[in-house]
Amino acid sequence: MIKMKDVYKTYANGVTALNGIDINIDQGEFVYVVGPSGAGKSTFIRLIYREVKPTDGTIVINNTDLSTLKEKRVPFLRRDVGVIFQDFKLLPKLSAYENIAFALEVIEESPRNIRKRVMDVLELVGLKNKARFIPDELSGGEQQRVATARAIVNNPKIVIADEPTGNLDPETSWEIMRVFEEINDKGTTMIMATHSQEIVNTIKKRVIAVEDGLIVRDEQRGDYGYEV
Amino acid sequence: MKYRTTKRHFREGAKNIFRNGWMTVASVGAVTTTLLLVGAFLALMLNLNHMAQGLEEDVEIEALIDRTANEEEINEIGSAIEQMNETETVAFSSKDEELSQLIEDMGEEGSTWQMFEQDNPLNHAFTVRAKKPTQTESLAAEINNLDNIQEVNYGRDVVQQLFQFNEYARNIGLVLIIGLVFTAIFLISNTIKLTIMARSREIGIMKLVGATNNFIRWPFFIEGALHGIFGSIIPIAAVLTGYHYLVNNLSGQVTYAFVDLLPFHPFAWQLSLIILLIGTFIGIWGSVMSVRKFLKV
Repeated sequence: MIKMKDVYKTYANGVTALNGIDINIDQGEFVYVVGPSGAGKSTFIRLIYREVKPTDGTIVINNTDLSTLKEKRVPFLRRDVGVIFQDFKLLPKLSAYENIAFALEVIEESPRNIRKRVMDVLELVGLKNKARFIPDELSGGEQQRVATARAIVNNPKIVIADEPTGNLDPETSWEIMRVFEEINDKGTTMIMATHSQEIVNTIKKRVIAVEDGLIVRDEQRGDYGYEV
Repeated sequence: MKYRTTKRHFREGAKNIFRNGWMTVASVGAVTTTLLLVGAFLALMLNLNHMAQGLEEDVEIEALIDRTANEEEINEIGSAIEQMNETETVAFSSKDEELSQLIEDMGEEGSTWQMFEQDNPLNHAFTVRAKKPTQTESLAAEINNLDNIQEVNYGRDVVQQLFQFNEYARNIGLVLIIGLVFTAIFLISNTIKLTIMARSREIGIMKLVGATNNFIRWPFFIEGALHGIFGSIIPIAAVLTGYHYLVNNLSGQVTYAFVDLLPFHPFAWQLSLIILLIGTFIGIWGSVMSVRKFLKV
């Protein structure tokens, strides 16, 4: 569950990214975040896993108030929020398998469970045969899928994807969307920033449009709403 | 922290040693050079200390007795000295013994003293040793106050200078060693910082995936300890062989008879252990220091 109230964010360089965001996202929802580049989508997403702190306002994630969250507890918040980064953020020296396993080593999962879970998600994203490859040996789409696998491997309550289909061919995009729907069906909250009109208009979900740091539209089963 | 996590940290730390290739060599090299210097200094300092202590302990008081004193008075002096608190041992030596000792000490020239054997100009004497070298001065003064004592000798200036020199040597050596250790820490944390610059992105990623600071720090801790341990290998080998060689070559040589080195066993081993500990400390400190600023994500 995500709650934001009157959230403002001005970066140190003076750029104002958010101008008073009010939003409620319930557990198990599937939300698209749309809007032009530089509108504040990424900042909005980064607030959820506390990569960015708001200048003003309150944010509550899974009943945790981020403004009073101690620095030491931040890693534990992040374990409940799986993030698929726009630039994947895979560890370059580790194989696909090791990258995914890392998220489980962090929570001190048993080696047997790690092996099982990692193989399960690798199968889910269709990369079982490339488990031993390091990121540089994988294509952009494959790296994207490794990042997805890592984000969901420890069954987080919330999964966030920042333009997950930006680098993918249409076919792989649909595959990834199928994975997202699958984990969403299991009760995971899914938040996805996207520029893909086709996806938003085909798989109808709640749409939040951000422009100039404000939410200008919030509708269930909405349209992408921008001309491509 | 669970056992398997500990194992994981050890594995990662060891792997990083290989992943970082030349940077590892640079760090280990920095530790090695420092430890070589530290080892040499330590060996020198501890031996100087040992020798000074030996000399200090050799300091004896010689109390010359008035030639007019009779046997009874001499005995009285002897028991009086024995009863003093600071006295460790008292030994009486007659003037005849003193003379033959003198002749012996003088070697070739001693024969000229033999003519005095008939009419010995020396005094009977007590040789006194204080319990602690530092008590020598007060004990000598006390003995001097007794009756029938002609003169008390204990090499006051030599003792004072010895204490002084010893103290200087100790302090200077300590400052040098501390300075060296910090230089090494600085060198290593800089070297590791270079490897971490490259890894700072990775540290950021780990944090975003939910790793705690300690989880990230541990492998660096292990890696640093390994740098230190590898870095102590050459210095320890150098200390062991070098010291072995030194002890073997100096002992038995008359010219260096006054050089009283600490015995190879156990000194060389103790020194090796100290080097290993300092090396590990330097490695860990340098490594952990350099991660710190990259953990704020």
